[in-house]
Amino acid sequence: MTLELVFDIGLAALVLTVATWTLLARETTAAVIGFVAYGLLLTLVWVRLAAVDVALTEAAIGSGMTGVLLLTAAARLRATEAVANAEQPGATLRVVAALLCVSVFAGLAGIVLLLPEPGPTLAPQAAANLGSTGLGNAVTAVLLSFRAIDTLLETVVLLLALLGVWSLAPDRVWGGRPGPQGNVQRDGVLVFLAQLLPPVGIVVAIHLFWVGADAPGGKFQAATILAAMWILAQQAGLTDAPPVDRRWLRLVLVAGPAAFLAVGFLGFAAAGAFLAYPAGYAKPLILFIEAALMPSIAATLALLVAGPPARTEPP
Amino acid sequence: MNTATLFGVVAAALVALGLYGLIVHPQPLRKILAFNLLGGGMFLIFGVVARRGAAAGMGGDPVPQALVITGLVVAFSATALAVALVVRLFEETGRAILRSDVSTTEREVDGES
Repeated sequence: MTLELVFDIGLAALVLTVATWTLLARETTAAVIGFVAYGLLLTLVWVRLAAVDVALTEAAIGSGMTGVLLLTAAARLRATEAVANAEQPGATLRVVAALLCVSVFAGLAGIVLLLPEPGPTLAPQAAANLGSTGLGNAVTAVLLSFRAIDTLLETVVLLLALLGVWSLAPDRVWGGRPGPQGNVQRDGVLVFLAQLLPPVGIVVAIHLFWVGADAPGGKFQAATILAAMWILAQQAGLTDAPPVDRRWLRLVLVAGPAAFLAVGFLGFAAAGAFLAYPAGYAKPLILFIEAALMPSIAATLALLVAGPPARTEPP
Repeated sequence: MNTATLFGVVAAALVALGLYGLIVHPQPLRKILAFNLLGGGMFLIFGVVARRGAAAGMGGDPVPQALVITGLVVAFSATALAVALVVRLFEETGRAILRSDVSTTEREVDGES
């Protein structure tokens, strides 16, 4: 048994243990913290699977952003836990659910073990066409050239989710600021961190965005870091979430997808197909789309975490 | 058993664990958490398929990897919407349970007309 396999088995056992604990933990807050740990362990698994781009995204969005979102909600709903926990399902449902889950496990594990050898792959095609995009990172090439339509629709999904969240606001606070006001404690550790980290975070985000063309990284990961910095400053009370009816805010949110869509339609005129890039201009266009998307995605992610509008301006 | 197969089996177990939590846990927020656990396992299966497709000097097939990145962002969007729905349910009714036969206290709908 090689050392690597020992590491993998240990990691696998740890992932399964933390996942089980996340399900069994009595308090939701504890379960969410378990989930964040689970996400970070999955990040290591992604590195072991040679998918560093995915590892960065998992750590930033899958673990970090989702963790912040769920922690906030868990704190909000703490009072309801006792009532809800009293509603444990009966033994029959548990047994049926367990049987169903065991069969799902058996089915999926069977599929994984019986996958064709060697595995089918599009890597050679991606490598062969990488030159036409001018990029060095094949994942970025897939996201913004070969399957750019997925990414375009995904940015639209983000906006739709934000519309859905906002539309849950009661009418009387519509147009107000989302979430509770951050508590301003001038000498708190949170304020110190919120003053110290954003400059570093912004530089790291721009670095991740820039190297994303040729190395692991890209706009999603960079946008998540920017969003995290904004959320940090909001929670420390250094800045406040903007009222959702501000025109500039709407423009920031829509600018990225709109620029992406515009380049897509430009493809009809310049290269004969939707989202096709004219030869030689692929890389500048991709960088333009990414640069336009980054602030929009960052703002959307931060506002998704902030939630629906909850308070109006004092008159 | 190599790395990809090992994590493939782990992924299958994570999907099953998440599904179990989704069915039996009474709290909506815990169901959302379990669903994300399930999603993590599902994405990992994509990662295993990508890893098995390592070729042309790449550590894995970039197409499933890119799909997972897209999927992670979409999963986050869906989670945010689901959490907002649960919080609103709590604000409206003072509780957060999904049972439909609970007699909800009669409340005016937030005072707007």
